[in-house]
Amino acid sequence: MDTLFAEGLRKRYGDLNALDGFDLHVPAGVIHGLLGPNGAGKTTAVKALTTLIDFDGGVARVAGFDVRTQARRVRASIGLIGQNAAVDEILGGRQNLVMFGRLYGLTKTDARTRADELLDTFGLTGAADRAVSTYSGGMRRRLDIAAGLVLTPAVLFLDEPTTGLDPRGRNEVWTSIRETAARGTTVLLTTQYLDEADQLASEISVMNHGRVVAEGSPEALKRKIGGDRVTITLHGPLDEAARALGGTVDAETRSITVEVTDGLAAIVRTLDALDVALDDLQLRRPTLDEVFLTLTEKETV
Amino acid sequence: MTTLRAGWIITQRDLAHWVRQPWGPVFGLLFSIMLLLVFGFLFGGAINVPGGGEYIAYLLPGMMALSMLFGVESTATAMANDARKGITDRFRAMPIGSASVALGRVGADMTNSAVELLVMLLGGLAVGWRITGDPASAALAVLLLLLLRFSMLWIGIFIGLRFRGEGATSAVQVLVWPIGFLSTAIVSAETMPGWLGAIAAWNPLSATATAARELFGNPTGVTGGVLADHAVWLAVAWPVLLTAVFAPLSARAYRRLRA
Repeated sequence: MDTLFAEGLRKRYGDLNALDGFDLHVPAGVIHGLLGPNGAGKTTAVKALTTLIDFDGGVARVAGFDVRTQARRVRASIGLIGQNAAVDEILGGRQNLVMFGRLYGLTKTDARTRADELLDTFGLTGAADRAVSTYSGGMRRRLDIAAGLVLTPAVLFLDEPTTGLDPRGRNEVWTSIRETAARGTTVLLTTQYLDEADQLASEISVMNHGRVVAEGSPEALKRKIGGDRVTITLHGPLDEAARALGGTVDAETRSITVEVTDGLAAIVRTLDALDVALDDLQLRRPTLDEVFLTLTEKETV
Repeated sequence: MTTLRAGWIITQRDLAHWVRQPWGPVFGLLFSIMLLLVFGFLFGGAINVPGGGEYIAYLLPGMMALSMLFGVESTATAMANDARKGITDRFRAMPIGSASVALGRVGADMTNSAVELLVMLLGGLAVGWRITGDPASAALAVLLLLLLRFSMLWIGIFIGLRFRGEGATSAVQVLVWPIGFLSTAIVSAETMPGWLGAIAAWNPLSATATAARELFGNPTGVTGGVLADHAVWLAVAWPVLLTAVFAPLSARAYRRLRA
């Protein structure tokens, strides 16, 4: 059974179909990426699945519980990390975690023990008693994630967890997410960053206009929009060669990027016929950026 | 987890803010004391109390009622901040009763206001204000003041949830002044032009201020009209009415977060 299950979710805001037949199937224990441009409906999907908003149609189950009729049991099975680091800035990190632990029903003693474990896991023990307002962005985010893990939930929802973080903060958060999944929690991660989904997620749903427009592993998605690319750097008539190959020119690096359709040999023969000298030739898979742009542009047209 | 217990845990969070950042509440108290001194001694010499009596004795209960009214602002600000920062959503995604967040606010703000009232009582006694009524009446005066604060709480929760933007709390900060001054909190309605005095007399704040004056045994500045005869009842009825309107509205605003 899917840990996260949604079929045909619909949510209207006035004239806008924020969710327009949203489907999601996520098995237990994986990191699933929900990728899409701003306004694609990622946050609305997370809010619907975490019982924060009502939806107009469709079915959703989280950890086996119906989001509509068993909202409280859903809430007991999830951790939610929203777009803002929703922690109390005046209190210290430990105070925050103890408070959330007690709200989840732990005794004072158990909440303290759990807070210390989490502080240790997330590398915040040294800053445990400092006011959160003195934390760096990455530290605040890690505390935020820790607060969502007090009860070791079945599912952790992360809504754009690295937006606004510097590269170091981003890495810290990525590590935390990987470790969380390694301990058996299913993670739904929304992001606008393709490399983030590529790095963390085993499966990705690409969202646009309120529904999923493509699904699969990062590799499969890359395969889906066509073959490998070859980037050729050369001396000689760049534009002429590009026309003959049907590729795109990067004048600055004197290179041409071509999709490989009839095999590499055909490309080399074409270049031979033009009598140009090759400096370099690199074969690569399409990047997720290319996949993403192709998929979402197709939708918009 | 009972709703009451969750509310208490959220209350404790706010009380912990006092320990972490005592300056905010301390400045709030200093501000109340400053207002007391400004009106009591700077303006007070020029103000006559209709029906007789010392102005400082008249002023103190009014200032207490005024500070209960001003509480609406801190409640609205706290609610709006939590909603904006996503803390309310975190609470809403937890397996706790839906009234817990509001109960937490009630616990924290009522505690803060009770402390504020205590400081004003002591400060008043220090500048020459006296309670001449019997202890039971004085206790009732304190309860009525807290009842006013309780009704302000629900207005604040409603505004904070319904209008989450920074603009709403700024608007409340400005609006409490004309509402506060258009009452008998600082000057008697009988010294105002007739129509203005009529509005001031019907201000819920005036009911509480006049009732507190009566019960503390201070000059009321009222020589006739509905306030003269029924101040205590009005001081019960107004807050009960406001709560009956705004508590359901707050509950509705909280549910509408799901829209």
